[in-house]
Amino acid sequence: MELIIFLSLLALGYGFGRHAEKNHYRTIIAREKVLNNLPVIATKIIPTSHSQHGSNLVMGSVVISVDYFKRFAAVLRSLVGGRMTTYETLLDRARREAVLRMKEGARLQGAVIIFNIKYETSSIYKGRRNAIGSVEVLAYGTALIPK
Amino acid sequence: MMITNLEIVPGKKISKHLGLVQGSSVRTKHVGRDLMASLKNIFGGELKGYTELLQESREEATKRMVAQAEAVGANAVLNVRFSTSSIAAGAAELFSYGTAVILD
Repeated sequence: MELIIFLSLLALGYGFGRHAEKNHYRTIIAREKVLNNLPVIATKIIPTSHSQHGSNLVMGSVVISVDYFKRFAAVLRSLVGGRMTTYETLLDRARREAVLRMKEGARLQGAVIIFNIKYETSSIYKGRRNAIGSVEVLAYGTALIPK
Repeated sequence: MMITNLEIVPGKKISKHLGLVQGSSVRTKHVGRDLMASLKNIFGGELKGYTELLQESREEATKRMVAQAEAVGANAVLNVRFSTSSIAAGAAELFSYGTAVILD
């Protein structure tokens, strides 16, 4: 009986998780194309050409959860060690989503460029045996807005 | 009050440093959100409730930092950083800090 529950959870996680990830990547790629003309830069030195712009702190954040199948795959992976591809895509999605949300917020304020981007990642929901349940990614930076 | 994570403000001069200001907020979710989260842990995907919760408490932390800056007479907070730490099961501390200054 327990095995049946476990297997159905695994199948549900695999099915829905894959579907969600695919859809998410599709929207990420589409939105990244739209916002491509709003560059994000990691330096904090502002070129003199932008010195008359107004500035504003912008941020975007997202909490994403792994599915049951991925968690199980991670447990298996931790037996032999090596790359955890399932978690890599999770964090990649979370980072890109956070940056997109930050950019969308900046675009609404009329920004032309975002300086000094910082990422902050934390695992906020711990499952059983301290397994990572979900991660939060925050992206923030200073948007420069022409006056 | 101006908040930025740069060390300078383009086109403005810093006339006085007033030191570090900080604000923090510890929040926990309610049972309904927790239930949703454990469901999402099977299916995967974004936890919208958590995203909102953390955003709200980050705003709260920032508000407290700004209040502190106002109390010392600053008109801008520079080099702002955020940090998040989960301190207990289901509770997270959101912390923001920066340098309070007076701009010309």
